[in-house]
Amino acid sequence: MRISSAFSPGRWLIYGVLTLAALFFLLPFYVMLVTAFKTMPEVYSTGILALPDSLNFSAWIHAWSAATIGAASEGIHGYFLNSFILVIPAVIISTAIGAFNGYVLTHWRFRGSNIFFYMLLLGTIIPFQIVLLPMAWVQGRIGIAGTLVPGLMMVHVIYGLAFTTLFFRNYYVGIPHDLIKAARVDGAGFFSIFFRIMLPVSTPIIMVTAIWQFTMIWNNFLFGVVFTQGGQQPVTVAINDLVDTVTSVHMWNVDMAAAIFAALPTLLVYLIAGKYFVRGLTAGAVKG
Amino acid sequence: MPSRKAAFSGRDQLMAKLVLSPTILAATFFIYGFILWTIWLSLTRSTILPSNHFVGLANYYDLFGSSRWWRSLSNLGIFGGLYVLISVGIGLGLAILLDQRVKAERLYQVVFLYPMALSAVVTGVAWRWLLDPGFGIQAIVRSMGFPHFAFAWIDNPDMAIYTVVIAAVWQTTGFMMAIFLAGLRGVSPEIVKAAQIDGASTGRIYLRVILPSLAPTFFVALVLSVGLAIKSFGLIIALTGGGPGYSTNVPSIFMYVFSFQRGEMGVGAASALMMLVIMMIFVLPFLLLDSRRQA
Repeated sequence: MRISSAFSPGRWLIYGVLTLAALFFLLPFYVMLVTAFKTMPEVYSTGILALPDSLNFSAWIHAWSAATIGAASEGIHGYFLNSFILVIPAVIISTAIGAFNGYVLTHWRFRGSNIFFYMLLLGTIIPFQIVLLPMAWVQGRIGIAGTLVPGLMMVHVIYGLAFTTLFFRNYYVGIPHDLIKAARVDGAGFFSIFFRIMLPVSTPIIMVTAIWQFTMIWNNFLFGVVFTQGGQQPVTVAINDLVDTVTSVHMWNVDMAAAIFAALPTLLVYLIAGKYFVRGLTAGAVKG
Repeated sequence: MPSRKAAFSGRDQLMAKLVLSPTILAATFFIYGFILWTIWLSLTRSTILPSNHFVGLANYYDLFGSSRWWRSLSNLGIFGGLYVLISVGIGLGLAILLDQRVKAERLYQVVFLYPMALSAVVTGVAWRWLLDPGFGIQAIVRSMGFPHFAFAWIDNPDMAIYTVVIAAVWQTTGFMMAIFLAGLRGVSPEIVKAAQIDGASTGRIYLRVILPSLAPTFFVALVLSVGLAIKSFGLIIALTGGGPGYSTNVPSIFMYVFSFQRGEMGVGAASALMMLVIMMIFVLPFLLLDSRRQA
């Protein structure tokens, strides 16, 4: 439904409001960016909106390799790496299991499989606080408490399964069952049908699921702060520690540079493959 | 050879069950089992370590006798209510504007939605900087010639919860916009055209034809935003740390502090269960209504 497309005052109003909204959304990132390029004296002497006198990288370097987090003063680079060490296997494992689950739930249904699917959906709704205490106990018992891998990774895989299964299930339900039937008549089995028929058409949903999981796990704070300690922490937890660390002078420029470092991977994925990210958001929204 | 085929198909069926069974076991144990386990913990005298000493509802008496818990609940009400209203409202408004055959529509979408790709912690850090009275918005406006302008909500226990609303709205309004835009693109052009032929004004068409047909989209947006509000944690930790004092505590922070910092696991478990109950109260009716609509 559209209002007339000539450049009437109404059109100008539309663009005016949209542009104001865009400025509101850009403002925090702009402020972070200019602050990260300032020296602390500049932060004090110039306004928060002012551009830096020159592109000064000292805050970036300090945030990356020297800022104090917890007991160490080695910057966030180790935690940044931690997040990758965590995210890569967690994304691959949860996406792969989700793909097989979706395949079974659509083309190899058995008695109770649908009921199970609806049971699993609860995992997309619950506040995860409800599982933290038992999980902490279990991890302690099996001796992986406080570890990034396998401890925290395991948590992300388990609680990502409901989402990845939902994504693949909703995608595979659209693939004609006759294709599978025909392949079975030709003698193809469970796995060969998956690898030869399902997987070749799965690129879009693999992208959607992997990007969704990457963003969710990279950005997660709750599991990271509960299940890891010290040098095992992911970058979101480290950022919060850094910002919280009370030093004689609060180094806003370093805080901002560190936060941008932490934001960069998911932001890049969003800018490069935003289409899939949006599809994941709305697919996660519309249930099967 | 039907018998051989039957054997094959039986093997494949078994394989399918085997492939799904780890997830079935994991969901049963790590979701349903853990929920029951947390309920049990909430009925025991668990402190720093879990204990099986049954104490009935004692933890719930402690919980609901705690002013900090009541503050957490009322904060969630204030924050959640405002956040849902504002993000859904602005999200819908932006979607309608973007649906007017706007040039550079894609660019606007990218800008509105990018905060959703950021971590809640990063969002909290950015807004803490912008809301800092000495440097942020208050300082900007003062430097523009309004020396008495005051905007120090983040330091004010009575107002700090509203800064959480601002940051949360900033982060997820684009998400709501995307949901509504998808909904608007799904409205059948015929019914709109029919209304136009009847001579209805644009505003009337939106109110009487388009928005009512978006009812399922509203369900989705409400369920998601309520869920996001209840789960908010990293954002508030990074923005206010739950303070000043405990003025911006919400149930998620209360649960974390009591379970993992104060060593009151039983009370923490009770608060976790209350979070689940709150979620179910707000989300289940929507989901049931929604599935009835679809059926």
